[in-house]
Amino acid sequence: MISIFANPHRFMALSRWLAPVCLIAGVALIAWSVWQGLWVVPKDDYQGGDIMRAMFIHVPSAWLAMGSYLGLALASFVWFIWRHELADMAAKSIAPLGAGYTAMCLATGSIWGKPTWGTWWLWDDARMMSVLVMFFLFLGYMALRAAMDTRQKAAKAGAILAMVGAVNVPLIKFSVDIWASLHQGASVIRMDGPAMPAVYLTPLLIGALGHMIFFAALTLTLMRAEVWQRRADVILARKLAGG
Amino acid sequence: MTDGLLIEADGLGAVRGERILFSGLHLTVRPGEAIVLRGPNGSGKSTLLRIIAGLSQPAVGEVRLDGTHHWIGHRNAIKPHETPRQHLQHWARAWGSSADPVEIANRMGLERPLDVAGRLLSAGQRRRTALGRLLLSERPVWLLDEPFTALDTNGRALLAEMMATHRATGGGIIAALHGEAPFEADREMVL
Amino acid sequence: MNTPAPLRAAFRQAITEAWASGAGALLPIGFFAGAAMLVPFTVGTDAAQLAAIGTGVLWVALALASLVSMERLFQADLEDGTLDLWAQEETPLFLVAATKILAHWLVSGLPLVLLTPLIGLTLQLPADALLPAMLAYGLGGLAFFLWGGVAGALAASVPRGGLLIALLALPLFIPTAIFGGLAAQPDGETSNLLFLAASTLFALGVAPFAASAALRLAVD
Repeated sequence: MISIFANPHRFMALSRWLAPVCLIAGVALIAWSVWQGLWVVPKDDYQGGDIMRAMFIHVPSAWLAMGSYLGLALASFVWFIWRHELADMAAKSIAPLGAGYTAMCLATGSIWGKPTWGTWWLWDDARMMSVLVMFFLFLGYMALRAAMDTRQKAAKAGAILAMVGAVNVPLIKFSVDIWASLHQGASVIRMDGPAMPAVYLTPLLIGALGHMIFFAALTLTLMRAEVWQRRADVILARKLAGG
Repeated sequence: MTDGLLIEADGLGAVRGERILFSGLHLTVRPGEAIVLRGPNGSGKSTLLRIIAGLSQPAVGEVRLDGTHHWIGHRNAIKPHETPRQHLQHWARAWGSSADPVEIANRMGLERPLDVAGRLLSAGQRRRTALGRLLLSERPVWLLDEPFTALDTNGRALLAEMMATHRATGGGIIAALHGEAPFEADREMVL
Repeated sequence: MNTPAPLRAAFRQAITEAWASGAGALLPIGFFAGAAMLVPFTVGTDAAQLAAIGTGVLWVALALASLVSMERLFQADLEDGTLDLWAQEETPLFLVAATKILAHWLVSGLPLVLLTPLIGLTLQLPADALLPAMLAYGLGGLAFFLWGGVAGALAASVPRGGLLIALLALPLFIPTAIFGGLAAQPDGETSNLLFLAASTLFALGVAPFAASAALRLAVD
């Protein structure tokens, strides 16, 4: 599998049909879960009434936020060790998408929190804090890449930062958990785990799957754009060199 | 490593951005040899020197160096607060050299500005201070990037003499140059 | 090759450079005191309120003050060519990076720690807890400088990289801020101080290697 993705030509041939297929499948699954979530499933008054329907976006966003940082760190690691250019393109493409999903997770969490917790922002929730930290890690990653003057430097600086961030994430998570347990105020809402009724769980899991596939489609599309960009740069460089 | 070579570079290629600077480059330096690198601005002379020095990684190929080397780059590595005396003392300490920094500064013609801070030195005085590092410790390979820049006639003659002595004692030199070389080069390489 | 000699030379050069820059080394102190001084003007002079937030104020001021001079730590060496020379030494670059960060902490970080009891007093913190808390500020400040050093090395080739350094380093400050904030409380538990020490040790183990990788990139 990795060897397919290590070869730009095979990658382009594969992603040419894989990206649109993933896009359609992802959007279809998300649409079904949103339809289920907004119109079909009954509201749960214990979780804030109709506002709990935000869960069908909020929870997949949270999972995608965590997953995308893991993906960023893995892609950076692969690039750092084997220097596969596609790994760097993947890292570069994941960063803005991951930042988008973390932002969406924070926004939906805040909207959901207002009627349930009575406040837009609750510092007590360790998970929300971890996502906030991740948002800043993504921002820093993108800012650092943008500040480097060549593509090779951007790749290397980004990889170093992503790996430093990744080894820090467990420590950050641990410290935030300890801190949140000390500051516990309102009861933290539990909405994942086996306690959830199947009527919610099925659309939620289907929706999460849809978001993952959608995320993959966007990543592949951005990577394709990056391959085209590099090809254009090579042509431009040859023209400038007079060749 | 082939026997008796100070530097051996094989199949070197370098890329900047999307542009290929050079490729398939082969280069050897034997004891006593001096190689001059030539080429217009942006042709990759500095990049090649930095690859040989281990500062940059080549896109392809490899470099082998026999022993340690001295580096004189575009930038003199002199701190704004550092006097020529302090600069040479600092690197003598770092390199565990027993050479006398003041004596070397005198040989470089730095008697008068010996205790003048780096930011107040002239470009030529800064360059002479940096070149003084070459005399702090015996290193078989000298990598010099435009070493004659900012030097006056005296300074150029002084450096040419230092290079001749270095070669006579079995050292090797690669120098990137603009203009004519004030010394006899064994080979010129055009990038 | 004698490893300590180059490191001693690097340490000596870093200290003399800070000393020669005069006011440069004092800037973080001024920033630290100034930031803390602003607090009573913004939250009011109620003694109980100041005492409640005093520890946190000190930590925030310490975190920000440790970033103030980080921009020049490696950038100056890169611009004048010194970094080129260090990168060619047989001495591992991570040791040189660690030496430079430690020297920088001694000059710009330790004075902040020594200042914390004084500023703590003005913020109405109980006097008998201020001296023990200095250990926490010392450990935490060292971690701030180590992670700040990584960010400074990553941004060494970026002109006006100060804001970028803050963006890169601040998320890495969180564990130190949490454990430090708990450990420096007047009734702080020992376990928090141990957690703080552990996270500083972690920084000591990771940051020099990351900084040296970033410096190799900067000279490339």
